[in-house]
Amino acid sequence: MAEYLTLFIGAVIINNFVLTKFLGLCIFFGISKNLSASVGMGMAVTSVMTMSSILAWIVYFFVLEPLGVTFLTTIVFVVLTASFVQLLELVIKKQAPALYNMWGIYLLLIATNCIVLAVPLLNVESNYSLLKSIVFAIGSGLGFAVAIILMASLREKLVYADVPKPLQGIGIAFILAGMLSLAFLGFSGML
Amino acid sequence: MDKLKELWPIYSKGLMAENPIFILALSLCPALAVTTTVVNGLTMGLTVTFVITSNNVVVSIVRSFVNPKVRVPVYITSIATIVTVAQLVLQAYFPHLYQALGIYLALVVVFAIILARAEVFASKNGPLRSFADGFGMGCGFTLAMLIISAIREVIGSGTLLGQPVLWAGYDPMLMMVLPPGAFILIGYLVAACKTWNAKREREAAVREREQEKGAES
Repeated sequence: MAEYLTLFIGAVIINNFVLTKFLGLCIFFGISKNLSASVGMGMAVTSVMTMSSILAWIVYFFVLEPLGVTFLTTIVFVVLTASFVQLLELVIKKQAPALYNMWGIYLLLIATNCIVLAVPLLNVESNYSLLKSIVFAIGSGLGFAVAIILMASLREKLVYADVPKPLQGIGIAFILAGMLSLAFLGFSGML
Repeated sequence: MDKLKELWPIYSKGLMAENPIFILALSLCPALAVTTTVVNGLTMGLTVTFVITSNNVVVSIVRSFVNPKVRVPVYITSIATIVTVAQLVLQAYFPHLYQALGIYLALVVVFAIILARAEVFASKNGPLRSFADGFGMGCGFTLAMLIISAIREVIGSGTLLGQPVLWAGYDPMLMMVLPPGAFILIGYLVAACKTWNAKREREAAVREREQEKGAES
């Protein structure tokens, strides 16, 4: 139990995917202008990542490894996650239109994203069991959600700040992310 | 010679005016993650140059018989195949670099810049022009990686390519090789790039006005 808890907390704050591993930066900077969109994105990423991790784990340990074709991992995982997200989008559109109106646009954005691909890859690289993979995926997703929600709340305050002209837009967002990352470094000695 | 003249602007726009990192702000994950030393940054830059150039050529060759509806999956599969080739080559000949780049090498597959060039340029142009575009974007990317990694290595560890370059008592600023340093540095570099481009545009506008005046008188 303690092992899983360590893995989970490690994934959420200590090895935060956005702020210490630089994954998912495109959506991180693209979406964090708006707080409610950030919440939606965080949830969408967490659920997609968990489901695609399970799928990728099954494919890796039951198909790729027995056949001895692990060098195809990158290709298979990319196609797998991208097609899974597209499929999910179709299903949600058909079955839950209300949900689709809320999250549909984010699903398209994360179809080929580094964070959604990185978690399944890291899972099989570190030889996690299925349960561990799930815990790790949920933790990483929540870590992303925490980072993007924090960032969005900070950026909403930026509207009232007098930012020097060349830094306006993406420049100041990066420096802000740097400060956040510095704050998250403080957690590194925790476990 | 005329052909070269035509290709030069396609190539050179990737270096500065449309630099994938500083101007388009695409594919930042690797730019931040692997640029702790110049060697890592350069390896990443060259890998991306190889992938983006080959993918552009492949896409522009197959563009006429790929149904537009399935073009994105086709592009992704093509990119993933080329990345796997690069991965295997690095693993076989440069195992240290392969280890240092780790998961970020596999993640080259999902770099927005590669898919974006395939979609925006290679799917509408011939192989030669696509080659020039991909190569230019790749060189611009490598250039950006070199600049970022050189600054981070010199300030963060006081070395360049592993050789000490600063005075003996230099106390390395550890933050620069840690994640926060990367974010803050990129922020200032983006601002610098924006200022430089704005200044160039202003100068071009002034020159145009002067030419008009000259024509009138």
